[in-house]
Amino acid sequence: MEKSSELTLKNRTGMQLSPRHARELLETVESAGAAIPLENGQALAAARGAYIAEADPLGTLPAPATLKGVLKSGAKMVAGLRPQVFIDKLAERAAFERGGTRLYEALLAKFAAEARASRNIAANTDLTEERLVRMRAEEAEHFALVSECIETLGADPTVETPSADVIGVASLGLLQVVSDPRTSLTQSLQALLAAELIDREGWELLITMADELGERDIVTRFREALRQEDEHLLSVRRWHVSLSLGASGAD
Amino acid sequence: MALSLFDGKGTPLERQRFTWRELVGKPISKLDDDAFTRVRIILMNGIEAEALRFGHNAARMSAELREPLAAVRRIEQHQQTMVNWLLGADHSPLETTIGYEQVAIEVTAALARTEPDPYVAQALRFAMLEDFDHLYRYSALMDRLTGMDPNNILQCYTDILPGRPTSAEHRAPHDDLARPWDKRTAAPLTKLHTMTITAGEQQTHDYYMNVGPMFADPIARQTYAEIASIEEQHVTQYESLLDPTQSLIEQWLLHEANEAYLYYGCAQQEPNPRIKAIWERMLDYELGHFRLACECMKRYEKRDPAELFPEQLPEPFPYESNRNFVREVLGRELELAKRGLDFVPRSDESRASIDYRAQLNSAGSPTDIVAAGYHWRPGTELNLRAVNL
Repeated sequence: MEKSSELTLKNRTGMQLSPRHARELLETVESAGAAIPLENGQALAAARGAYIAEADPLGTLPAPATLKGVLKSGAKMVAGLRPQVFIDKLAERAAFERGGTRLYEALLAKFAAEARASRNIAANTDLTEERLVRMRAEEAEHFALVSECIETLGADPTVETPSADVIGVASLGLLQVVSDPRTSLTQSLQALLAAELIDREGWELLITMADELGERDIVTRFREALRQEDEHLLSVRRWHVSLSLGASGAD
Repeated sequence: MALSLFDGKGTPLERQRFTWRELVGKPISKLDDDAFTRVRIILMNGIEAEALRFGHNAARMSAELREPLAAVRRIEQHQQTMVNWLLGADHSPLETTIGYEQVAIEVTAALARTEPDPYVAQALRFAMLEDFDHLYRYSALMDRLTGMDPNNILQCYTDILPGRPTSAEHRAPHDDLARPWDKRTAAPLTKLHTMTITAGEQQTHDYYMNVGPMFADPIARQTYAEIASIEEQHVTQYESLLDPTQSLIEQWLLHEANEAYLYYGCAQQEPNPRIKAIWERMLDYELGHFRLACECMKRYEKRDPAELFPEQLPEPFPYESNRNFVREVLGRELELAKRGLDFVPRSDESRASIDYRAQLNSAGSPTDIVAAGYHWRPGTELNLRAVNL
């Protein structure tokens, strides 16, 4: 059984294990049902609204530096989808695939430490170091693929675009989970599952956009990436379910 | 048993060594360790931060102390690392903030209860009611921003209720000053208490100034801005209790004595054996620092350090819930205010403070906004079910 699913009397966060202090604390609590949280939060909502109305954006997209870029972006501007929106989402994917590569590296360290000791992990015959190394390599290849496409379209692959910034903020917690030595492989796989779900949706959107812009070659190459991401998602989901079920039973 | 500063030699400086692996050991468990273990970690981080801050300032004012201070400071910096890195990464900045306010309430209350000087005790109780309100405001922020329950950090030891409203705590600078104790007549405990609370409040201020900008939510950013401003006031109040005529070496000695005294109390009461061993090691290190400071006093001031401290220091204060004491003080002293150096009824507050506050709050107070109508309930205010324990 995983250490974190052991039953002990040590967890001090709940109230039932400290009855005396809890009873004293409860003297401060009014009768149930009195509070109406949404109304209570109205002042907060109004103050947030005022800031939202005045806020500047996170940042902007850079104008293409090269002539090729200018021409390309000018040519495609007439269509419904603006190429810069595509560039922004491509840069988001590049950032996420880079982060994903590092996420797999953190997972590999945990796998190496836990795999030998756990029959539960061994029961998943395709959860191997080789398989994880392969998945890591595919994430890195996807990063290279997206960067190349950004360049082909005349944009700068080293730019951090607003969407790349947003996905970085959104995924901060995922890396915190996997890189913490105290989290188990199962807990880390849950974070990875979230990453793969986000990733898959990202590729779907990119393919739709590339299709819209008539970038046939990109569509073909991205479909292959999506196929690999689908495999990642299915594997991670299966491992996570299997290890979670194992953790709730005897290991 | 109380600590004697002069009996043990402590660990000699040359044997006070660390490796990176030691400095960054296993953190505590946010879930399983006692809240007072976290309270001690946060407090001692603040004490070590003050050791560094003081050491640097002293070095700028004394050529002869530069070398011994540099030697001690290097160790204290590593001690601070070892202590502060005990907080696990699953503590969000807001959860750590709740921990900081628990320190501010429970440690201040413990000091106030044992403080022999009535004026210093009043100063402690005065600011304690303000920190008590900060806990309530941050709890509302945590609940309403993240849906998390602040009591998971507090572990039922500390009430989550309004104190002196944060928006009413803003005062003109001169009204935050206090009357210093006299180094010749003040009790050793008064000196130690003042050192502890000044360090604690200063680190709280610095922590809020560092993490405040990490929040995306504008009202969270404002809340940190508003409460950090009060922490600066508290530092102003507490440090002005210190006798400014103490020599640099006298102040240094007091710092080292206080660090040893506090680590002694930590070691005495720590239930986690791994953390207890760290407190014991730190105590021995501090006794080594104290010894070096004593030598400097003898060499440069030709004074006997034993004149400054009793044979045995007083018993350490207990790390425990001060709920009943805090409730009593809330009932009695909520309406107090400051006027110059004096604690006065709110009706006698200075015009300068009233005007200062009115201007600062003229576009609204975030701590009022975030906690409007807030009642903490077990499992957050979203839990409308009755709790049966």
